[in-house]
Amino acid sequence: MSKLKFVTLLVISTTFVIPAVQAADEIVVYSARKEHLIKPLFDAYTDKTGVNIRYVTDKAGPLLARLKAEGSNTPADILMTVDAGNLWQAAQLGVLDSIDSAILQQNIPASLRDPENRWFGLSVRARTIVYSTERVKEGELSTYEALADPAWKGRLCLRTSKKVYNQSLVAMMISRLGEQKTSNVVSGWVANLAVPPFSNDTRTMQAIISGQCDVAIVNTYYFGRLLKKNPDIKLSLFWPNQKDSGVHVNISGAGVTTYAKHREQAIMLLEWLSSEEAQGLFASLNMEYPANPAVANDAVVAAWGDFKADDTNVAKAGELQKQAVMLMDRSGYR
Amino acid sequence: MSLETITSGHGETQQSVPSHRYRIARRWQLVSLPIAGLVLLPLLVIFSGWLHPESEIWRHLAETILADLVVNTIILLLGVMFGVLFLGVSLAWLTSMCRFPGQRFFDWALMLPLALPAYVLAFVFLGLLDFSGPVQGQLRTWFGPSFWFPAVRSTGGVIVVMVLVLYPYVYMLARSAFLTQGRGTLDAARILGLGPWATFFRVTLPMARPAIVAGTSLALMETLADFGTVAIFNYDTFTTAIYKAWFGLFNLQAASQLASLLLLFVALTLFSERRLRGRARYDENTRGGRPARIVLNGRNAWLATLFAGLIFSFAFLFPLIQLAFWSWEIITEDLDKRYLTLVANTVTLGISAAFVTIIGAMLLAFARRYSRNTITRSATTIGTLGYALPGSVLAVGIMLTFTGIDNFLQSVLRGFGVDVAGPILTGTIAALLLAYLVRFLAVAFGPIDSSLERIRSSLPEAARSLGAKPVMVLRRVYLPLLSPGILSAMLLVTVDVMKEMPATLLLRPFGWDTLAVRIYEMTSEGEWERAALPAITLVLAGLLPVILLVIRSSKSTTVAASTKATQ
Amino acid sequence: MKNDSKTLLQIQDIHCGYNRMVVVEGFSVDIQEGELTCLLGPSGCGKTTVLRAIAGFEPVTHGEIILNDIKISSPGFTLPPEQRCLGMVFQDYALFPHLNVIDNVCFGLHQHSRQERKYIAEQSLELVGLSALGNRYPHELSGGQQQRVAVARALAPEPELLLLDEPFSNLDVELRERLALDVRDILKERNIAAVFVTHDQHEAFVMGERIAVMQQGRIRQLDTPFGLYHEPADRFVADFIGQGRFLDGTMVGAGTVETVLGELTGNLTYNWPVGCPVDVLLRPDDVHLSEFGEYEVTITDRAFRGAETLYTVRLNTGEEILSLVPSHYDLPVGHKTGITLAVDHLILFQKT
Repeated sequence: MSKLKFVTLLVISTTFVIPAVQAADEIVVYSARKEHLIKPLFDAYTDKTGVNIRYVTDKAGPLLARLKAEGSNTPADILMTVDAGNLWQAAQLGVLDSIDSAILQQNIPASLRDPENRWFGLSVRARTIVYSTERVKEGELSTYEALADPAWKGRLCLRTSKKVYNQSLVAMMISRLGEQKTSNVVSGWVANLAVPPFSNDTRTMQAIISGQCDVAIVNTYYFGRLLKKNPDIKLSLFWPNQKDSGVHVNISGAGVTTYAKHREQAIMLLEWLSSEEAQGLFASLNMEYPANPAVANDAVVAAWGDFKADDTNVAKAGELQKQAVMLMDRSGYR
Repeated sequence: MSLETITSGHGETQQSVPSHRYRIARRWQLVSLPIAGLVLLPLLVIFSGWLHPESEIWRHLAETILADLVVNTIILLLGVMFGVLFLGVSLAWLTSMCRFPGQRFFDWALMLPLALPAYVLAFVFLGLLDFSGPVQGQLRTWFGPSFWFPAVRSTGGVIVVMVLVLYPYVYMLARSAFLTQGRGTLDAARILGLGPWATFFRVTLPMARPAIVAGTSLALMETLADFGTVAIFNYDTFTTAIYKAWFGLFNLQAASQLASLLLLFVALTLFSERRLRGRARYDENTRGGRPARIVLNGRNAWLATLFAGLIFSFAFLFPLIQLAFWSWEIITEDLDKRYLTLVANTVTLGISAAFVTIIGAMLLAFARRYSRNTITRSATTIGTLGYALPGSVLAVGIMLTFTGIDNFLQSVLRGFGVDVAGPILTGTIAALLLAYLVRFLAVAFGPIDSSLERIRSSLPEAARSLGAKPVMVLRRVYLPLLSPGILSAMLLVTVDVMKEMPATLLLRPFGWDTLAVRIYEMTSEGEWERAALPAITLVLAGLLPVILLVIRSSKSTTVAASTKATQ
Repeated sequence: MKNDSKTLLQIQDIHCGYNRMVVVEGFSVDIQEGELTCLLGPSGCGKTTVLRAIAGFEPVTHGEIILNDIKISSPGFTLPPEQRCLGMVFQDYALFPHLNVIDNVCFGLHQHSRQERKYIAEQSLELVGLSALGNRYPHELSGGQQQRVAVARALAPEPELLLLDEPFSNLDVELRERLALDVRDILKERNIAAVFVTHDQHEAFVMGERIAVMQQGRIRQLDTPFGLYHEPADRFVADFIGQGRFLDGTMVGAGTVETVLGELTGNLTYNWPVGCPVDVLLRPDDVHLSEFGEYEVTITDRAFRGAETLYTVRLNTGEEILSLVPSHYDLPVGHKTGITLAVDHLILFQKT
């Protein structure tokens, strides 16, 4: 090979190999929250402060594995995920560091953040009951547990137990009712299923619309999306357990990594994300509820009514997730 | 590198390994080992999960779902196997051996479903045909609410979708095998008293066996590795257990242990197939030219057209129309100029990965040709295992390998007083391309290796006796003769890389989002309709290489046929 | 053999082989400019290995090969084939299927301009009588045509030495002979030396000026076709070349031997002691059938060959010998007749 060719090859290959050099004034985010839900916020922050934010999105599992493997070499400053379980697991793996921020502690209620301040909820998602306004009267509904009643036989639709939202729901139920009672409830659900579980919430609701079943458990923002597309659907939300624990809520949230290269900048970003300025946008992008109680709900979301939310610390969902998964496996909930 | 050519065609030199050859063999072994190593390292990382026994999780899985999952997986594998064999072989036979209305069109059009990711077909299929979808809805309006329709979210449904997406692997390979079969053997069979059907089953089919097996095993490996499609159907397979252990039970170790079992199963299957094939040879003489096409008349002709047309419609046309329809609804919201970047990234990655993978596959194939010893043989088998692993698991294995290398490099550099902030290899294009190589080596190796097998050793020797230096032999003899294989490999790898999700997600550098990443972001939020836009863009981008292949196809078929015609 | 010609290729005591197996052992031959040498032997005798060693595809473990006074092979050194400037015609022709005939022939012409290449290629094709087929692809040619293209391609770069590996073995008998003659004429006309390998003695006799008969990696005899046929050096050569049967004999004098057919004397002398047991080779052309022959025989087999018929006859003592006679001399199997012997070269081998 001629020298020239060799040099050319060398140049090309180095451009492929050398990662872009990190600027001092930027923050790197590993995010399991999808790009279209975070980019407008990051853009706004960059406009405001001039701090550049770079991010990669992926599922929480691979991102956690990567963060753990990279150890002290990681370029990531912030880990952002959906679901408290993943945040709890990240904290367990030691990839998130405790931060001491009065602003965050003030903005985010205690039940929506890590007791050791390693992660903070930034938006709240409620998992509630949805029913057919044609075939179900509101008065028939009361709690999640009540859906296990034989009265609902052949009328219930559920999403798969492999989805973390259901795992969290069941985990919280274990913390509230204990393993045995929860097991009975889940078995009751399975017995009441009209059709095998669906792979996502939207399909589950469509099954009610098309008459396969009458009632289901879904996240509110999926309902919101469906409603936006077709305002005439004969579905309505119901807030269960209002007399006791309240509606099951989960969070999407973030924490600063243990080996963050831009720790201060990262904390400032999280503080901003929890501020009134950012919270409205953060929640409304996905029709969720703001984590900061001082911020009003988006008009669309507000129309669904107020509810009492479960105020158990969401970390419990992570702690009991494994137990919940195993319980659902045993109950035959696919 | 020397391309010295060694023949085994001479009676007196066949039995033992010559010393000269031994040297060359060793040289090629040195080439094959690093490539196999590249694949092996992530696999070893996955196997190392066994260092931490997870008896609690194993006990739980065994007591609850494991048996069902294994049965489900076997049913799925069998269903897909029969399905792709039936569709792939019958369609390949029709388009390459028969003449019927539309045969020229279907010849290439039946490859198009390759460009459609399985999970995309799955959500289109469910969106259209499930109980709440428009088709059943319409039928209920017409025929009343109790109108019967087969269960769509069922074992049969998954199998149908998988078969429709995966049959092109068998179709493509069987088609080229049929096209290169000579008239001679077929005539011989007829003379020996076999009817046309018996000839097909006893001669045509067995002679195409290596190609058909290669295509089927690609399809089955993809079935085993699949998570996206079965997840949309909520059909639990062995991969479900892997992801459940990882994401649900937060236990990556147990997930790797399960994955390594899957890998072991595939390795054993591949190995035994190679043993079964034994010493029979399948290359043959096309002297006497191509057999005349069977001209189908009347009802048979229209049945053939109908059959090919139905498969084409269900596997490609209808899904495409549905995607276009969905895209149209959101095109004003979602289509922005970032799509240009997405397409550019997707195509760049697809083509560069195909390039790298094909070089890797060619080196492996040459190594196997010139050094037929156990080490090189195992190296090539290992090199093709990456395709059978669920994408995310392999991606994590690769990621762990690269970060391991990074951490090592950094500690070395630190020893020299150089402090590098951040990862060196992880998050570079090079790392991503290597990951694609590991994953898709099998896909490129098949067609290239079988093309190489067809090149008689006297051809490169003739070139050298005419004064051609090794590089020139490569350029003027090997590359033109390998071009059909290289083109198929190029097509398959480019399209596969463009569809690939887990490794792209985990290893892409900042800002290197692709269309598949966009599809993931939408589908994981359950926004199927919004995923249609990147999906249809992906299909259109994936059509580019397919069209390229089609244009070259007629030409390469001539070369492929003539490669052997002069034997 | 011309005296003024110079030695082109020297093969000196080469050994070829693999780890423990020796394929060629102590092979030596000198080849003059323009000389046609044939390597003849049963399959597995190492002849192809010798050819491939000359071509540079096989290394030698002992000895050396010298081309034009330049060493091209010795233990540990093998000049790559592309630097040897030899032509080679392969058994399967090895035509490049992706190139048409003209491009195949042009393949070896690196140094020339495009026009020169085309001109030379056309010349070469004309030489083999295929100028009209330049645009065909190899698979569109018959076997004989492919063979001619292979020859044209090998000759186009004007090598001084052409190697041919069983070049006619894939062709039918008639075509084989005609092509062999054609190739010989071309080579002689251009004064190109050739080494070619065959297991077919007819081919060897047609083309070879000198023939090396090989067995188990060694040369058994290097001689002209006439010499091989009429003065074989040993029983193996005698057996391998031509037809014939052996009779038991006993020496009764120098050049005279006692057999069941009486005392035979030829023009060769053998200085073996009287009484020494020998094998006597009788070629079919040494034996004539005649009603009035001295010895009575029974015809046991006959093979009609057009102009001649080859009869197998049994002597009264039980031995069988062969006789070649003009085919108008037509006798059925089982017929009793007589033979006369016309032995000029009496070929004897000592019994071992």
